[in-house]
Amino acid sequence: LPRLLIVYPWTQRFFDNFGNLSSPTAIIGNPKVRAHGKKVLTSFGEAIKNLDNLKGTYSKLSELHCERLHVDPENFRLLGDILVIVLAAHFGKDFTPACQATWQKLVGLVAHALAHKYH
Amino acid sequence: MVLSANDKSNVKAVFGKIGGQAEEFGAETLERMFATYPQTKTYFPHFDLGKGSAQVKGHGKKVAAALVEAANHIDDIAGALSKLSDLHAQKLRVDPVNFKLLGQCFLVVVASHNPALLTPEVHASLDKFLCAVGTVLTAKYR
Repeated sequence: LPRLLIVYPWTQRFFDNFGNLSSPTAIIGNPKVRAHGKKVLTSFGEAIKNLDNLKGTYSKLSELHCERLHVDPENFRLLGDILVIVLAAHFGKDFTPACQATWQKLVGLVAHALAHKYH
Repeated sequence: MVLSANDKSNVKAVFGKIGGQAEEFGAETLERMFATYPQTKTYFPHFDLGKGSAQVKGHGKKVAAALVEAANHIDDIAGALSKLSDLHAQKLRVDPVNFKLLGQCFLVVVASHNPALLTPEVHASLDKFLCAVGTVLTAKYR
């Protein structure tokens, strides 16, 4: 999440109440950002346990992101791309092209599921 | 989108660090792009896209060289890539969305080989640079 807010600074628009986002150092050290990043990744974990029913898994979150949070779904794609890069940095050579392909598919499907209830 | 002085120095630092590996990175970028975004293969029906393909390696070398050239002339990317820009507009006509896909794969390659290099700030600068290159290459499309 900190990386998303740094690489695509316009995504900070959703986090006005998170306190100090004035610099990369501030963002990386910001406890609210870290906590939220944890929430987001935990949710990904849920997705992985329910790969056959992503739309169902994300149904309520989708409504939330549309009706209450008003997040443009494009942001889910941006987050997905960032996640893939973080995985690559973490796993190095083990993050093979096949691995990347699968993960880009997954983040795409999660983004799609999160956007599914938008109206 | 404008590259700041910081962005330029970050990008130059990345390419300085990558050095001789640029060609290898170019090839791996393409390999990842074809695996992750199969629709990109449609631009290469004349290529053998199997693992270890000499054509992919050769083309990766070309792509890397163009990125290095752009980084070395970062104050005038449009000038440095002018011929490539013409080529893409008149002959290749690769749909603009694909440059983003290539860029994503290049970032993954850098991240997987050199994670310490790709701090969030450097990542941002490199992403901006890759966008700028894509913009230049599609600038003469219409």
